[in-house]
Amino acid sequence: MPERSAFAPQYASIPHRDHTAELGMWVFIATEVLLFGGLVLAYFVYRHAFPQGFAAGSRHTEIVIGTANTAVLLTSSFLVAWAVEIFSPVTAKIVTWLLIAAACLGLVFIMLKGIEYSREYDEHLVPGIDFQLAGPKANGVQLFFVFYFVATAIHALHMLIGICLLITLAVICRKAPTTRHHTALHSAALYWHFVDVVWIFLFALIYLPGRSSS
Amino acid sequence: MSDKNYLTTDYTLRSWFLTTDHKRIAILYFASLIFFFFIGGAAATAIRIELATPQADLVSSDVYNRLFTMHGIIMVWFFLIPSIPNTLGNFVVPLMIGARDLAFPRLNLMSWYIFMLGGCITLFAILAGGVDTGWTFYTPFSTLYSNSYVIVAAAGVFIAGFSSILTGLNFIVTIHRLRAPGLTWYRLPLFLWSLYATSVILVLATPVLAITLLLMATERFFGVGIFDPRIGGDPLLFQHLFWFYSHPAVYIMILPGMGVINELVSCFSRKEVFGYKFVAWCSVAIAAVGFLVWGHHMFVSGQSLVASLVFSFMSFIVAVPSAIKVFNWTATLHKGSIHFDAPMLYALAFIGLFTIGGLTGLFLACLAFDVHATDTYFVVAHFHYIMVGGMVTAYFGGLHYWWPKITGRLYSEYWARTAAVLIFFGFNLTFFPQFILGAEGMPRRYHVYPPEFQVWNVLSSGGAAILAVAYLMPLFYLGYSAFHGRRAPANPWNAPGLEWQTSSPPPEFNFASQPVVTRAPYQYNEHFQAEPQNA
Repeated sequence: MPERSAFAPQYASIPHRDHTAELGMWVFIATEVLLFGGLVLAYFVYRHAFPQGFAAGSRHTEIVIGTANTAVLLTSSFLVAWAVEIFSPVTAKIVTWLLIAAACLGLVFIMLKGIEYSREYDEHLVPGIDFQLAGPKANGVQLFFVFYFVATAIHALHMLIGICLLITLAVICRKAPTTRHHTALHSAALYWHFVDVVWIFLFALIYLPGRSSS
Repeated sequence: MSDKNYLTTDYTLRSWFLTTDHKRIAILYFASLIFFFFIGGAAATAIRIELATPQADLVSSDVYNRLFTMHGIIMVWFFLIPSIPNTLGNFVVPLMIGARDLAFPRLNLMSWYIFMLGGCITLFAILAGGVDTGWTFYTPFSTLYSNSYVIVAAAGVFIAGFSSILTGLNFIVTIHRLRAPGLTWYRLPLFLWSLYATSVILVLATPVLAITLLLMATERFFGVGIFDPRIGGDPLLFQHLFWFYSHPAVYIMILPGMGVINELVSCFSRKEVFGYKFVAWCSVAIAAVGFLVWGHHMFVSGQSLVASLVFSFMSFIVAVPSAIKVFNWTATLHKGSIHFDAPMLYALAFIGLFTIGGLTGLFLACLAFDVHATDTYFVVAHFHYIMVGGMVTAYFGGLHYWWPKITGRLYSEYWARTAAVLIFFGFNLTFFPQFILGAEGMPRRYHVYPPEFQVWNVLSSGGAAILAVAYLMPLFYLGYSAFHGRRAPANPWNAPGLEWQTSSPPPEFNFASQPVVTRAPYQYNEHFQAEPQNA
């Protein structure tokens, strides 16, 4: 939209504009909390109903991959935070590389997730398609894997969106970055950290139950 | 500044479909909502014609199920929820706070496209295969027995949900950040307080619906037991998740309506709103408590008695802020200089109909009565009094009130008043008999019924005919006025709101200079004269 001097401006100042954008991202994150909140609620309802099934299901997950992914994601979040912190026209090159590195770590996460999914497929743990577990705990284990697949798939989708955001910002920030880009980067970083936080919750809910007692 | 306004800056299709002007986007929404309103209305008409006789002589039971599902889905998700926020809200929010646009103009346009995409997908599902689950998509019916178009319809609703979220987000940020200098929270028009509360619900409740529909689709596609009890799932969980959105959604529908009524009652009785702060905070209270009452939809579902008692209690509590608002409107009217212009007739109709709807809501919040009335026409009558008698009436009132601002034209006052009276009359004739039907035990969603119910059903269908005509009338006289009506002045109602301080229709970026607010809203008694800023 072209700026027209004949009209009152939309924003009083640049910080005013930036804080507006940032508030938008926070409100968006609030909706995301509720989106994952519904899933986590479903998880707790069924974990309460099938405690043993959930513990058993959790013991079937790939904790090594899960832990590695947690480390990968935390590192990438750190790189993004670093990029936001040092952002200035002088450091444009470093910022670009930090963002690319963070995006690559995001892709590593997706790849590891893919390996994890294929192993679960081989073990016949995908509900509906080839779930093959019999016995008294089967229902609980199946519900655990329903939650596992839905939650991690939605999380992975968020990751993909985040990776696209980071790469786009890396490309934009390469040349002549301005305060506007800093705002965009800051908002994208908020999103990336949020996706990271969601993963930490999912990690605790998916990989850890039932491990200590076995 | 020349006499160019937002409608005349550019005439190309491109300038409409790629616009980021909140006013033009409001018009886009307005046109699409008229479309959906008449589709939903056509289904309602078919339902009422069928119910005029006790036998099934118009449609088969299967078609009947599809008709009421279509009516429900279209009306709830593609008319009632977006109506006031997305048309009137989109148009007047920036004007009322003295901003040149919403905080995220491009996001605003995107949400219209998302809305249309969702609408088209749902419409396709309904027309191609038909969905017979009712608008609630209750499992396990929707996941095991009904045809698979139910997933297509749910996908449409899911997509439209993003549009709601984005609109709510935009309003929250706009109201927080873009208020004109001097426009403190307690100087904010009450319509904006109610839209703010509505937006909070949109932002916090809609994602829960999204995840619910996603789980439903997962269950349907992969045959896993999230809601299917045979494999360990729980159909009640669906109802909890669904109503966690859908009860607050009722407040998404009614809160903006209440906000409009504040503007109308105050303007046409020329008085400050009585108890401004109470009305403002009641919107917030309704939004907050509205999240805690969903279980009253499940009194007979087999949930625990304790849960039912708590939800019953909370439902009584949520009536308190609503009642405060009604008392404040009547107190505003008291000793006011009341003008019975068309918007005021709608506002008065709203107060009457909303009161009936609200009081019968208390009947239903009462556990013992609810068990008797569950799934009867009493419930149907109750929520139509709130959603149609309340929300749609308020929508029409607001539309007439801001029409001169939106189009720059005046409509025929005679026809507008006639339509308002007819709507009130037709509405009561349609839905009051349904209270009696329900109390006598006629279940909802039945298309064949014992002959002793026919008298009330015929009355109701007759009322629906009047209502249909009354709803069609504005299409003609407003449509005529949009092109041939008399030119409207900048401030036809002599109202103090900021939106009346710019020309009608407003220029592309609303205000020539940044308005500054120096007084509380609704100062009608100060012999207020608007200063025309763009003359």
